[in-house]
Amino acid sequence: MSEEHYLELCESPVQFENASAVNNVFFDEANKQVFAVRSGGATGVVVKGPDDKNSIAFRMDDKGEVKCIKFSFENKILAVQRTSKSVDFINFIPEYPHLEFSQECKTKNSSLLGFCWTNWNEIVFITDQGIEFYQVFPDKRSLKLLKSQSINVNWYMYCPETSVILLSTTVQGNVLQPFAFKNGTMSKMSKFEIELPAVPKPAKLSLSERDIAVATIYGQLYVMYLKHHSRTANSPGAEVVLYHLPREGPCKKTHTLKLNTTGKFALNVVDNLVVVHHQSSQTSFIFDIKMKDPDSTLNIHLPVLPPWSIHPYKIPLTGPVAVAAQAPVSCELYSSTWSVFQPDIIISASEGYLWHLQVKLQPVVNLLQDKGKLMDFLLRRRDCKMVILSVCSQMLIKGDKGNLPVVATVFDKLSQVYKEYLEAEQSYTTAVESGASRASTVHKRPVRTQAVIDQSDMYTHVLSTFTERKDSSHKFVIAVLMEYIRSLNQFQITVQHYLYELVIKTLVQHNLFYMLHQFLQYHVLSDSKPLACLLLSLESTYPPAHQLSLDMLKRLSTANDEIVEVLLSKQQVLGALRFVRSVGGHDNISARKFLDAARQTKDQMLFYTIFRFFEQRNQRLRGSPSFTPGEHCEEHVAFFKQLFGEQALMKPVTV
Amino acid sequence: MLMISPRMATGMQEKQYSPSLLSFFIYNPKFGPREGEEEKKILFYHPSEVEKNEKIRNVGLCEAIVQFTRTFCPSKPAKSLHTQKNRQFFFEPEENFWIVMVVRNPMVEKANKEGRPAATEYQEEELLDNVYGAVLQQCYSMYKLFNGTFGRAMEAGAVELLTQKLEKFFYRYLQTLHLQSCDLLDVFGGISFFPLDKMTYLKIQSFVNRVEESLSLIKYTTFLYNDQLIWSSLEQDDMRILYKYLTTSLFPRHSEPELAGRDSPLRPEVAGNLLHYGRFLTGPTNLKDPDAKFRFPRIFVNSSDGYEELHLIVYKAMSAAVCFMISASEELGREFCEQLDGLVGPQLTLLASDICEQYNINRRISGPEKEPQFKFIYFNHMNLAEKSTIHMRKTASVSLTSVHPDLMKILGDIHADFVRVDEDEEIIVKAMTDYWVVGKKSDQRELYVILNQKNANLIEVNEEVKRLCATQFNNIFFLD
Repeated sequence: MSEEHYLELCESPVQFENASAVNNVFFDEANKQVFAVRSGGATGVVVKGPDDKNSIAFRMDDKGEVKCIKFSFENKILAVQRTSKSVDFINFIPEYPHLEFSQECKTKNSSLLGFCWTNWNEIVFITDQGIEFYQVFPDKRSLKLLKSQSINVNWYMYCPETSVILLSTTVQGNVLQPFAFKNGTMSKMSKFEIELPAVPKPAKLSLSERDIAVATIYGQLYVMYLKHHSRTANSPGAEVVLYHLPREGPCKKTHTLKLNTTGKFALNVVDNLVVVHHQSSQTSFIFDIKMKDPDSTLNIHLPVLPPWSIHPYKIPLTGPVAVAAQAPVSCELYSSTWSVFQPDIIISASEGYLWHLQVKLQPVVNLLQDKGKLMDFLLRRRDCKMVILSVCSQMLIKGDKGNLPVVATVFDKLSQVYKEYLEAEQSYTTAVESGASRASTVHKRPVRTQAVIDQSDMYTHVLSTFTERKDSSHKFVIAVLMEYIRSLNQFQITVQHYLYELVIKTLVQHNLFYMLHQFLQYHVLSDSKPLACLLLSLESTYPPAHQLSLDMLKRLSTANDEIVEVLLSKQQVLGALRFVRSVGGHDNISARKFLDAARQTKDQMLFYTIFRFFEQRNQRLRGSPSFTPGEHCEEHVAFFKQLFGEQALMKPVTV
Repeated sequence: MLMISPRMATGMQEKQYSPSLLSFFIYNPKFGPREGEEEKKILFYHPSEVEKNEKIRNVGLCEAIVQFTRTFCPSKPAKSLHTQKNRQFFFEPEENFWIVMVVRNPMVEKANKEGRPAATEYQEEELLDNVYGAVLQQCYSMYKLFNGTFGRAMEAGAVELLTQKLEKFFYRYLQTLHLQSCDLLDVFGGISFFPLDKMTYLKIQSFVNRVEESLSLIKYTTFLYNDQLIWSSLEQDDMRILYKYLTTSLFPRHSEPELAGRDSPLRPEVAGNLLHYGRFLTGPTNLKDPDAKFRFPRIFVNSSDGYEELHLIVYKAMSAAVCFMISASEELGREFCEQLDGLVGPQLTLLASDICEQYNINRRISGPEKEPQFKFIYFNHMNLAEKSTIHMRKTASVSLTSVHPDLMKILGDIHADFVRVDEDEEIIVKAMTDYWVVGKKSDQRELYVILNQKNANLIEVNEEVKRLCATQFNNIFFLD
């Protein structure tokens, strides 16, 4: 079933002219560019990058066989190695002369193994006797040696993301010396030794560069060693050993990925997962170093999922005329002609394709039964949001027995990530606010990854549809909603009122008013004006909602106007007036509003009382009991006179 | 409104007799309409040893009074009859079924100096109609909780079954009536809620939901801590009477050295078993007992189509008690009980200690000084929440109040006034010595405060109550 292929090649590969007798193909790991060099460059060089659709094409003189060819960053300078002694440079900066210049390696009798660009104008030569770090001056067409280091080198490896070069030294080649490069400086990191399965006698080069890969996983630099099982030992199979290479401090062996099989392997890192391709079985294993086996104290990892092959890939028949009738041809996967580069690149030079390997999350959902583990796995992936939301929806539909603990676990995992983001955001905001004057500290706004699934995501994609489903029992619906609210509370996340509204809606639909009452009584549904208004609207079906709503408005302490309105609408004019007085707002209220309400009650004594109250207020505030025209109370004054007579009006107190 | 309590402190050389139950009977006038068949009307009569003719006479009198008064107000039949020596309370819970309770008025026996027989003086005005009327209604509600309506028994087994059931139930129940200590709280029939923070409350929700999900037989669950309610999925009216049963009957019967949180010694039931304190308060006392009985009391609650009959499982761990209610048509056996015990026991134990811990934290934060020096009773008709600092813990036998019965009576009187009017009002009563009693009614809430301040005046008392409201009831809308 294709649903189970959790790895796939990207849909739009980089296409280039396939390698042949006249066409050499090179790959630059730093810029992820493929160079197709025809006849040593004389008949053309075509450079294709991963993102830029426009390829760069140029010609250069055929000065011998090209061994290595790479652009510096942003394609400013091209470096070409044709001999084991020197590297040639060509400017690609428009205003500088397009003439080649050359640099020989400094160390006598050394042989150049290769070179790496560490900046747009900085380059490192690696020779069998050490490394040389140069700055290139394209305008002067010359190089300046910044630093060099003598060391016997068997082979080297470059990690462009971190600008770290790894050198294999000693006779067996298993002592690795890393160097880090940054802005014209070169620093030696602490060297470390790879544990070989067996020590050969006599000593000979035993660690091949084919078995080593360097990549960043979860932001940390790791050296991955493919440790083939020794034929003598009774080991069950090969394993990948990860050495963590911190910026400072010693390198440590940190993880062991068990393959439990033997044969030819290749490594990729995709979305922080270590992918191990196994050629003979045509399958790939994936490992997540953050997924810990709780039973093991050692960092021994088993594949997260059963090994599976990469999703079958059809090569689209393009070419000058794409013939629609012709069926696309299946591409041979795990071909021996494949070259694998870090982190996620697979190149078939013979067919002229460069793919990025991708992880598909949807198939994982069915392969990982343990929902907690699945969530952990998904939350660490890049494009996880929709998959996670669909997992949440799915899990609520099934409604198996004992499902709630699982639901709780999943919610807690989501809340944890959500909370971490909120906290980072919060501390960023406070840092920016407090440290605005100090320009020295640069605050980095926390990145909101897809794993941050907030309440509105849950509401829109999971909960609102779930509560509307006909087949879910209201008991389960309420249990799930409460579980989500519990989880948010547990992580001290403020719950949005629309979640409460969903709870209330569900409870009201099933006439579970007593439950609603209890939730409100214990302040499980936090106070807010929208919620109070919602409660008010429920009064006709559930009279106690009135009290609940007033209580809530009272607690909010910012809703005094609303309280007055509610009381007036209930014709509790005196109550409203007493309330206003208790909060000290009685000098500012509209007399007309209260007199209107009092008159509506048809209670003459009440009208008298209210009228008198305002007369007294007028007296106190303005020294006269009469109303000002601006208060628009003429009608009520007339009504008062009609009821109680002219003489009942309060007499101005003269001092 | 200010009233002066007419009563002053009582004299010294007197002997007080509390009110007591004289008789209690249930009859249906339709059951023996012809002359000579009057006895058939009587379904239950306490005390049973009363001579037949007297029973018939008493029932006949009640019947006559009810009939007679009905002519004046057909919609509101007579509720009580005041006489010098006693007071009779009438209640018609179901059509033509009458329950009558006769309570002897309290008496004062005045010692006579000259050796003449002591003079007995009945205090006719001491008993409050609303209090004893409520007690009578409670009797019926309690019967109905365990037996369903009278009508149900009639349907199932005619008069014979009904009289049997009445006999069986009331014989025991009447012994637990303590008429001398009935007061305003009986009128309210409220529920005391356990104060709890939101998070712990949500944990309890989560627990209840999980248990209900795994044991899908469970229809309703209620959760109590320290004899106070925290959660009920049973409807309010049913919860009210169940709460009454639990707190005044079941829990006190099982009361034992109460375990208080974590410092209590662990009492593992059986080695190798999960360590928990869970046990059944109804049903099997010991699950390990091979002869254990798996029978639970049955209760009747309202449902959309009349009533439903349920098994009542009460399970307790430390101070946390949970009631699980399961349709009576389900057979519950050992397997179910073991499953429940295994599932609920450990979780409930953990939850109980969580609640205890949280409660202690909250108490420490609020501080003992925030504990009110005021004596008050609060009741909310909307959720039946009651709170009293007047009453000591209510036990099965007697409810202890910390104030003089006269003051309690004033509270009852004020309440009776509140019932008469719809609007919010406030009544302040100057009682004997330096006591003031304040009653406030705001919307559906009632608050009664007893203050004792030397030479306080009305304004000071009013201020004092305002202060109480501001500290104790600041989170509810309470008009001053």
